[in-house]
Amino acid sequence: MNDLTDITIAESLSKLKAKEISPVELTQAYIKKLDENHKYNAYITLTAEKALQDAHEAEKRYANNTNRNLEGIPLGIKDLFCTKDIKTTACSHILDNFIPQYESTVTQNLLDNGALFLGKLNMDEFAMGGSNETSYFGPVVNPWSKETPLVAGGSSGGSAAAVAAKMCAAATATDTGGSIREPSAFCGVTGIKPTYGRCSRYGIVAFASSLDQAGPICKDVTDCALLLNCMAGYDAKDSTSSKREVPDLSAFVGMDIKGLKIGIPAEYRPDGLNKEVASYWDKAAKILEDCGAEIIHINLPHTKYALPTYYVIAPAEASSNLARYDGVRYGLRVDGNGLDEQYINTRTAGFGAEVKRRILIGTYVLSAGYYDAYYLKAQKVRRLIKNDFDEAFKKCDLILTPTSPVEPFAIGDTKMLENPINMYLNDVFTVSVNLAGLPAMSLPIGLSQHGLPLGMQLIGRAFDEGTIFKAAYQLERGANFVRM
Amino acid sequence: MSDYVIETEKGKWEVICGLEIHCQIISKSKIFSGASTEFGDDVNENVSFVDAGMPGMLPTLNQECVHQAIKTGLGLNAVINKYSEFSRKNYFYADLPQGYQITQFQYPIVGEGFIDIDLSDGKTKRIRIERMHIEQDAGKSIHDIDPHKSFIDLNRAGVGLMEIVTKPDFRSPEEAGAFLRKLRSIVRYLGTCDGNMDEGSMRCDVNVSVRPLGTNECRTRCEMKNVNSVKFVMQAIEVEAKRHVDVYENDGEICQETRQFDPVALTTKVMRKKEFAHDYRYFPEPDLPPLILSDDLINQIKKELVELPDAKKARFVHELGLTPYDAMVICENKEVADFFEKAAQGRDAKKVANWLMGDFFAMLKKKNLDIAQSPVSAENLGKLVDLITHDVISGKIAKDVFEIMAETSEDPEKIVEERGLKQVTDTSAIEAIIDAVIASNPENVASYRAGKVNLLGWFVGQVIKQSQGKANPAMVNKLLKEKL
Amino acid sequence: MAVDNETVRRIAFLARLKVEPEKLEDTKSEFNKILAWVEELGEVNTDNVTPLVSVNDEALSLRQDEITAGHISEKILKNAPAQEFGYFVVPKVVE
Ligand SMILES: [Mg+2]
Ligand SMILES: [Zn+2]
Repeated sequence: MNDLTDITIAESLSKLKAKEISPVELTQAYIKKLDENHKYNAYITLTAEKALQDAHEAEKRYANNTNRNLEGIPLGIKDLFCTKDIKTTACSHILDNFIPQYESTVTQNLLDNGALFLGKLNMDEFAMGGSNETSYFGPVVNPWSKETPLVAGGSSGGSAAAVAAKMCAAATATDTGGSIREPSAFCGVTGIKPTYGRCSRYGIVAFASSLDQAGPICKDVTDCALLLNCMAGYDAKDSTSSKREVPDLSAFVGMDIKGLKIGIPAEYRPDGLNKEVASYWDKAAKILEDCGAEIIHINLPHTKYALPTYYVIAPAEASSNLARYDGVRYGLRVDGNGLDEQYINTRTAGFGAEVKRRILIGTYVLSAGYYDAYYLKAQKVRRLIKNDFDEAFKKCDLILTPTSPVEPFAIGDTKMLENPINMYLNDVFTVSVNLAGLPAMSLPIGLSQHGLPLGMQLIGRAFDEGTIFKAAYQLERGANFVRM
Repeated sequence: MSDYVIETEKGKWEVICGLEIHCQIISKSKIFSGASTEFGDDVNENVSFVDAGMPGMLPTLNQECVHQAIKTGLGLNAVINKYSEFSRKNYFYADLPQGYQITQFQYPIVGEGFIDIDLSDGKTKRIRIERMHIEQDAGKSIHDIDPHKSFIDLNRAGVGLMEIVTKPDFRSPEEAGAFLRKLRSIVRYLGTCDGNMDEGSMRCDVNVSVRPLGTNECRTRCEMKNVNSVKFVMQAIEVEAKRHVDVYENDGEICQETRQFDPVALTTKVMRKKEFAHDYRYFPEPDLPPLILSDDLINQIKKELVELPDAKKARFVHELGLTPYDAMVICENKEVADFFEKAAQGRDAKKVANWLMGDFFAMLKKKNLDIAQSPVSAENLGKLVDLITHDVISGKIAKDVFEIMAETSEDPEKIVEERGLKQVTDTSAIEAIIDAVIASNPENVASYRAGKVNLLGWFVGQVIKQSQGKANPAMVNKLLKEKL
Repeated sequence: MAVDNETVRRIAFLARLKVEPEKLEDTKSEFNKILAWVEELGEVNTDNVTPLVSVNDEALSLRQDEITAGHISEKILKNAPAQEFGYFVVPKVVE
């Protein structure tokens, strides 16, 4: 072992329990990595001092055997999670001085499990974006970049990059249309978006309420199970959180998958699909087949409409969720002549271009005379998309697809910037999952010819994360991807 | 058809009016947060992070507000919808922290119903209810502290409201007034709203249009917001209807607009024209799944419902023999009706009603007291009626006794006993007084005996006066006739 | 349904955002591009399809009527850009 930051959380925990290493050593190792890697712009707020203090507390707990599930594990927190007394900005100018007086349920759950926080991670502004380039604090640089700086993916680019570059043992993230899975794929790490309702949304800055879901980004599948078990669970403070019991997800890791039916959706394989992506897809199917799974061809006929549906529903909800940033009770205020002008000046200065674009579209699709044609129509198509999955899951237990149709691209890529729709199209394999509220994981499958990571996605039935963990672990072993 | 007609030299006009009433729900905590609904506390003290629209905060629905809405719906003889949805009504306002109001739009909790109102001509009229939904209140803006600033207090933000919408069934100010009194009486009976219009816990929006008498035309209506007393509602209808008639008779147009009633000038003036009307962009609240009510719950609440004014009134008429008018007056207020029933228990209810509506109400009014603060208890009022019924005191003495009760809150039996006010029914005692009166008035005795029999009344008066009011008048009458 | 400049201005005001006059044309054409793209949804037959309001099929659970929050005005006002006497302060609102 070269470095304490190379090992997974599972491995760290066993060493901590065996007193081979101490939480302080572990934390110091991550802080060192973090200091060496400022160039990736993954963190926007550091709480290293507090983390070290907490590590000393953790050490006492190991000494007196009161250590909890994640005792002394240093995590990074996406800046969308409100953290008490720690600046939480959603990477927006409009919130860049906001200090919450409350803790999000997910981060509280992690604290209650003994985790410690190294800081807040960069992301697309209000989680709107696919490349982490909309952040008020500048883009995250993909640690896999060669000469040209590449994007880390979005919106949880900071989370994925920090895990890839070992600047934390794992990170929290959120996923509204692919924001956990796409950056995980781009950075060669593993992330799971659980079923809608698994993790409480309380204290997470809202983007699109009916789609947002928190999840972990980790070094591997085993760590994802560990983390998700600590994050998930019913929360009375979120009326959309589920009362269904969360099983011990770690128990699924290592289970065999003989007879498991894996669906391959025809609609996800258009003629123009990137050849490398397609061949890794075949490889992944082969690995699972070799483990005893059965490959089944399925159809998800409304796939084509998932992106347009998403780009009606998500902006509509966002336009309403972001109305509270008005400069009255917190956040940026830019004075104006009268209240309306103050609102306009504040919001115009406070929000970036992509956020404003989505607020405008969202406002339009809800406005009088257009609601039925856009919003109501999208809700109906959303039902059809969900029905597609319900039908498919009568035939198979899991669905296997690539995570992204592309490999990480350059920061400032003109094709992506000149037409926002080009950027939106990168989410083509991930958005349907959010529309249907399903769980899905992205894990690295291999490197492209450019030496950049590519990811595969496993989609499960609602509340059946366990089956995803079963298959993902086998796929991870078969792929034998070498972490950075 | 109503008798209320606006008659001018040019023609006769009929008024069409509908009401929207906001009733503040009686509950300990707010509809979507755990902050107190208490009034009069210090600024921003009864405010939670949810009420302040902080980032990541989510609504959770208060069960009590739902039960109160069901009760009220049943009191309005309305359909309770087992499926209802919350929606967001989006608009910017300083005292609307989230930038939207959580309300119900397409699927309200209560559907169609009705209230029967009593009119001064003795007739009743049925007013149809269109719907009732539940929603959150906004905060309070204070504009008169500083010439350049408004001050925002969020204590009221998030308090539960029931919005009741009637059909346009009112044809006169009197009908609207009778409706509001009846509605207030019902919600107070149910304990779902305190019904105080002057304190803003019941607020009324008034929609008015007119049409030539005898036609079925639908002309443009104007809305007057927040008219805050029954009297003002009646005046506003009258003033606004006359304005419409005046405009039409001078070949003008009425524009659909929001107006404000000025109770001092007795005029209405425009607040907001249609072209500046809001576009509220209603859409289903993604933070709250649909509200599903069970038959069991609805039946349970139905079973526990208190007797409402109409039912009580009918019972008082049919079982206790009150006149419909007396029953209506007594039943308008539940405390009065309860007081009455207690006082009338086992006695002649009509006599108790006479005392209650006569001397008793006069006493409360003079002392400016609520019935709950009455110095005369229901038991004692009943006992007083008993004393009269059992000829222990005369009606005249009873009035004196009542006055003492009002001052001392004493038991009337005790008062009569201690002050020796018992009616003299002892024949010999009365005979002695009669003999003395006859002896000292020989001329009148002669006149009487000569045929001036109407002098009997004078003799009765003299005897009662001599007895200090205690002699039983019937007995005096009988004995005088014998002696004279 | 292509939007015109006036619609862009109206929508921007509803959202309390300013579109600078020189950016109006660009904003409008971008708006129309995105709208044309989402209008693909028009191809889908959605007759008799119930709109999906909530992906989770669990019924809304209700909270007991208890006072569990409040009396934290200091925390409520902690991030306020302007406050006086415990109130949030905004420019004078004229009705
Ligand atoms: Mg209304
Ligand atoms: Zn309302």
